[in-house]
Amino acid sequence: MPKVPGLFKGLGVTFGTMVETITHGANTVQYPHVKEAPPVRARGVIALHEGNCTSCMLCARSCPDWCIYIEGHKELAPPRRAGGKPRAVNKLDRFDIDYALCMYCGICVDVCPFDALFWSPEYEYSEPRIADLLHDKSKLGEWMETVPAAPELEVGADKKGKK
Amino acid sequence: MFALLSSIPYWGQTILRLLGGSVAVLLPAGTIVYLFLFKMMSFMQSRLGPMEAGPYGSMQLFAEVGKWLQKEDLMPERADKFVFKIAPLVVLSSTFLLVVVVPFGPDAWITNFEAGVFYALAVSSVSVLGILMAGWASANKYSLLGGLRAAGQLIAYELPMILAVVGVVIQAGSMNLQDIVVAQNAGSIFGWDGLGNPYLLTQFIGFLIFMIAVQAELTQTPFDMPIAESELVSGYMTEYSGFRFLIFFIGEFATAGVFAFIASVLFLGGWGVPFSWFGWTGINDVDNWMNVGGPLIMLTKMLGLAFIIMWVRFSYPRFREDQLQRFAWKILIPISLVNIVATSVLKVAF
Repeated sequence: MPKVPGLFKGLGVTFGTMVETITHGANTVQYPHVKEAPPVRARGVIALHEGNCTSCMLCARSCPDWCIYIEGHKELAPPRRAGGKPRAVNKLDRFDIDYALCMYCGICVDVCPFDALFWSPEYEYSEPRIADLLHDKSKLGEWMETVPAAPELEVGADKKGKK
Repeated sequence: MFALLSSIPYWGQTILRLLGGSVAVLLPAGTIVYLFLFKMMSFMQSRLGPMEAGPYGSMQLFAEVGKWLQKEDLMPERADKFVFKIAPLVVLSSTFLLVVVVPFGPDAWITNFEAGVFYALAVSSVSVLGILMAGWASANKYSLLGGLRAAGQLIAYELPMILAVVGVVIQAGSMNLQDIVVAQNAGSIFGWDGLGNPYLLTQFIGFLIFMIAVQAELTQTPFDMPIAESELVSGYMTEYSGFRFLIFFIGEFATAGVFAFIASVLFLGGWGVPFSWFGWTGINDVDNWMNVGGPLIMLTKMLGLAFIIMWVRFSYPRFREDQLQRFAWKILIPISLVNIVATSVLKVAF
């Protein structure tokens, strides 16, 4: 018997929500017609800045799903200063992320020592064929356009970077 | 009786009755599913529900039926094939048998049993057989557990339901549903007949017990232990797919509609309006237009009661199995017995 007021309160909650939905609209949006903007730091898709990548394989090795495929070869680049030795650089041949396997943990983004991987909030890239979820180097490069600008550092923060 | 009906041959009357029965079963089921299951439930969860198929998703039902009809009719390898196939039909047929006694107007009834209440309560328990058959024949332990839970629950809650109706029968002095409607609408409250005498007022406890028992008979949510999806997958419906699942689904909501019809006949005055409004005194004075107006009044009352059933369904979490049985045997049945005694004492006293 002491539970009876609570029972009516519960009915009141659902009825109130119904009235509110009818008069003020629902909390949800009708997705294909209306799109919600995801938060700037949402984990939608991973973008690749190819120029920064040294094919060091840290991301591929730290990936729990093994969904990153990297192939590269060494090339000799001209020396920086006249009379120097030619430099050996890693050239990236293949950089694929299989989004059918990716679980969006973001370890690859964290572990990259050269800022080559970025999160983008873009999320509309489903495909009818599962094989098309394997994004190659050029497609991952295209996602760079959707990467939001990095937030400003705090005042007094120790700024590192290239001179 | 009905001049038009008696002028057509028997086979014509049979077709009319079959049509009327189908409409009386399927129309409430469709209305309840769209209005309450799709829309009201969504609104209560602050979302819009189906919006794409037709204006405001009103064609969603046809899309769902089409989807189920084209699904593969799966059957477990070790299932008892014949029993497995026939179980949903047994459940649905109990609904059709149930609607037969419901009067929709002074002449708009399908059959007019003298013991209509008795028949309705007896036939409503046929669905237990179908559910038990489905649970047993599926060769699946979840189905079996669900079927046994359903059997235990439906039998436990049939008792308070029958005992709650006994109060109405005592007060009306008849087991004929048509007579119960007339007794309510021709009645008066202490000499004032502006509202008739709907048994909702005098048998309010009986009404509450009846609605709780109906909720349990329909295995709607506070009492959905038999299909508890977090424990039993889907109970006795686990192995069903395609149109056999569709039949279970229609059966569930059609039975909700028919029980709401019966509750409105027993407690809300059924198809009638208070007879004093038009100066009628008995069923023979009732004008012919009530054969059209009556079903509409019934539909309105049915929707009101179905709203309550669904509202409760969407608001409460489910009972545990032992709480569910204790609630029936220790609370509902004693209260309804006291209600019967009080009703009969008052019936003799007045």
